Amino acid sequence: MTSGPRTLYEKIWDAHVVERREDGTCLVYIDRHLVHEVTSPQAFEALRMSGRKVRRPDLTLAVPDHNLPTTARLDAQGRRLPIADPESAQQLAALERNAPAFGIRYIGPTDAEQGIVHVVGPEQGFTLPGATLVCGDSHTAAHGALGALAFGIGTSEVEHVLATQTLLLKQSKSMNIRVEGELGFGVTPKDLILHIIGRIGAAGGTGYVIEYSGSTIRDMSVEGRLTVSNMSIEAGARAGLIAPDDKTFDYLKGRPMAPKGADWDKAVAYWRTLPSDPGASFDAIVEIDAASVAPTVTWGTSPEDVVPILGAVPDPDSFAEQAKRDAARKSLDYMGLTPGQKLREVGVENIFIGSCTNSRIEDLRAAAAVLKGRKRAANVKQALVVPGSGLVKRQAEAEGLDRIFIEAGFEWREPGCSACLGMNPDKVPAGERCASTSNRNFVGRQGPGARTHLVSPAMAAAAAVTGKLTDVRELMR
Amino acid sequence: MTPVRAVEGKAIPFGRANVDTDIIIPAKWLKTISREGLGRGAFETVRAEPGNVFDDPAYVGAPILIAGENFGCGSSREHAAWALADLGIKAVIAPSYSDIFSGNAFKNGLLAIELPRAAIDRLMEVAKTDPISIDLEHQTVTTRFQDRFTFEIDPFRKHCLLNGLDEVGLTLAMEKQIAGFEQKRELETPWL
Ligand code: SF4
Repeated sequence: MTSGPRTLYEKIWDAHVVERREDGTCLVYIDRHLVHEVTSPQAFEALRMSGRKVRRPDLTLAVPDHNLPTTARLDAQGRRLPIADPESAQQLAALERNAPAFGIRYIGPTDAEQGIVHVVGPEQGFTLPGATLVCGDSHTAAHGALGALAFGIGTSEVEHVLATQTLLLKQSKSMNIRVEGELGFGVTPKDLILHIIGRIGAAGGTGYVIEYSGSTIRDMSVEGRLTVSNMSIEAGARAGLIAPDDKTFDYLKGRPMAPKGADWDKAVAYWRTLPSDPGASFDAIVEIDAASVAPTVTWGTSPEDVVPILGAVPDPDSFAEQAKRDAARKSLDYMGLTPGQKLREVGVENIFIGSCTNSRIEDLRAAAAVLKGRKRAANVKQALVVPGSGLVKRQAEAEGLDRIFIEAGFEWREPGCSACLGMNPDKVPAGERCASTSNRNFVGRQGPGARTHLVSPAMAAAAAVTGKLTDVRELMR
Repeated sequence: MTPVRAVEGKAIPFGRANVDTDIIIPAKWLKTISREGLGRGAFETVRAEPGNVFDDPAYVGAPILIAGENFGCGSSREHAAWALADLGIKAVIAPSYSDIFSGNAFKNGLLAIELPRAAIDRLMEVAKTDPISIDLEHQTVTTRFQDRFTFEIDPFRKHCLLNGLDEVGLTLAMEKQIAGFEQKRELETPWL
C-alpha cells in the first residue's frame, strides 16, 4: 500500500488487493467481467472439464459482438436469421449455451441492449468508478474513462476470473498525460488521442497505466473521454484512467445497472474520494497543449503514424532510428503512398463509422452534422454506419440521424464490431482504402490487403462527401 | 487437473529441432471453440510426409514425444499444448523449449522435460524398440537397459504437477482470503 498522497490508480489498486506475495505479485479482486463470443469458449470448456463453477455470475455480463454480422437479424416474420459463416455461428451458439449454463446474464443479438461490449458496459451502468473491470479484449481500456481500472486479458485469464473472480497481477508504473486548453474548431477527442499516440509512440505507454487529466479532459464529455481512454492500448499502456467527476455521475445516474437510492449516495461519496491526491507522484508526466492539435489522420500501419490533415506523408529517411525507417518504408509500400504526398489528395473507396472507439450517439451526431444535405462521392463504393449498441441506434433513429446517413448514401447497420476487424462479413477489399473511425490501422486488420486511415467521425463523413481524405473544417464553415 | 507422477510407455522419436507452434498446430485450426479435437490438426504438415513417425504403427498411442532444441518456439498459441494433449502426449523430452511453450505446457499438465543432447540421442535409439519411464517425484528418465538420466524442474511447478494443482486450483485454495475480501467489499462498497 502506498503511503502519503496517492494516485487514482494506486487508490483503486490498494482497494482490490486480496493478498500480496513476496515477489510483489498481488491477487487482485475483479468487480466486473465482460464476456464475448470469441475469447470465452475454451475458458468455459475448461471450467466444465474440471467441474468448476463461475464464482460470481452476478458480476459477469455476456454480450456477442465481434463475429456477429451487422445485417438484419430477424426476417419479416420476426424469426432469427441464421449466420452464414459456420465458425462464427458456432462461437455464438457456444456463448448462448454457456451463459445460461453458468448462470450469467446474457444480452443476445436481437435484444435492444446488445452492442459492442465496451459500449454496452458504460451504457448499462455495468462499468462504475473505482471498480476493477476486465474483458478478453484489449480495448477494455475504454472503461477507464469512468474511473474504472479496466484492461484486456487472455483466455487462460478469462477462465481464472470466471472461477475465482481474481487475477494474479503486478502493479504497473503510472504516467500522467496532462492536456490543457481548448480543442480547436473541428478538432475532436479522437484527434487528440491520435495526436497523443503520435507524440509518445505506440510503445510509449508500455508498462504504464495512463491517467489523463487537465482542463481539456475535465471539459470533455464522458463519451469523448471513452474515445480517448479506449486507445490507451494503442500507446502500449495496460489501461487508461480519468478521474470521475460530476459529469461521470450525471452520465451514470439512472442507468439500469448503476446503484440506486441510498446506495447511489454512498457510492457518489466514495467516488469523490478517488481522484489523485494533490502531490501524488507519477513515474512519467507528459504535457499536451490542446490548441496544438489539428484534425489528425494516420498514414501508415501503426497508430503512431499520424499527421495533421494538412500535412504530407513523411519520408522514411526522416526518422532517426533504422528500425522505424524500415517500418515506414514497409508501411508506405503496403499503404500505396509516396513520401511527400499530401494527405488531402488521397482518395478513399470505403468509409467506416463505428467500433468501440467512435460509435456512440455523439459520434453519430458529429458525422451526421457534416453529412446533412450532402451525398457520398461517386468513387466511394462502401459507406457503413454501425451504431455501437441497439440503444444508440434507437436514439439516433429518434433524432432522425438514420435518414441523414441513408440519404447521404450510407448503409445503416445493426450493432457490432463490424469492419473494425476482418472477422465478420464487413471488410475492406484488398488494395482499397478506408477512412475509418476505428482504432487499429494494422496490416490486414480490416481485411487482407485493406488500407486503413484512422480518423474522427466528422473526418470520416467529410471523406465520404469528397471521396478523399479531407479537412472537415472546410465543410463546416 | 489430474496429478502427474509418472509417465511410462512408447516414445515417438521425432527428434526435429526448432519445432514451432505453427508446426505443432497450424493457424487454420485456431478458429475453434474447444481445446479438444485439436489432435487431428497436430503436426499436419509433418504427417503429410511419407513415412513420418506420427503415422508409424509402432508408435500408436505413445504418451511421450522426443524432440530437438527449442521446441515450441514461435507464436504464443496455447493451442499447441492443447493439440499435444489431445494427441495423447503426456510428456515431451527435448534439450530446450521456448519459455512460452513450457509455461503453456505446465498450465495444461503436460511435462516438458529438459535433458542434454547426449541423453536425447540415446533415448531416440531406445524409443525405436522399447518403452521409456519418467518419474517426476525422483526427477528421472529410465529405460530397461539401465539408462538413468536425471532432470531439473522448478520446485513450484513440480509441486503443482504432482498434486494436480493448476493456477486456477491454486487460487481456489485461497478461498478463505477471497471470501474474507468479499465480505469486507460487501460492507464497504455494497453497490459493487
Ligand atoms: S470494435 Fe474493434 S476494437 Fe472494439 S471490441 Fe470490437 S473488435 Fe475490439
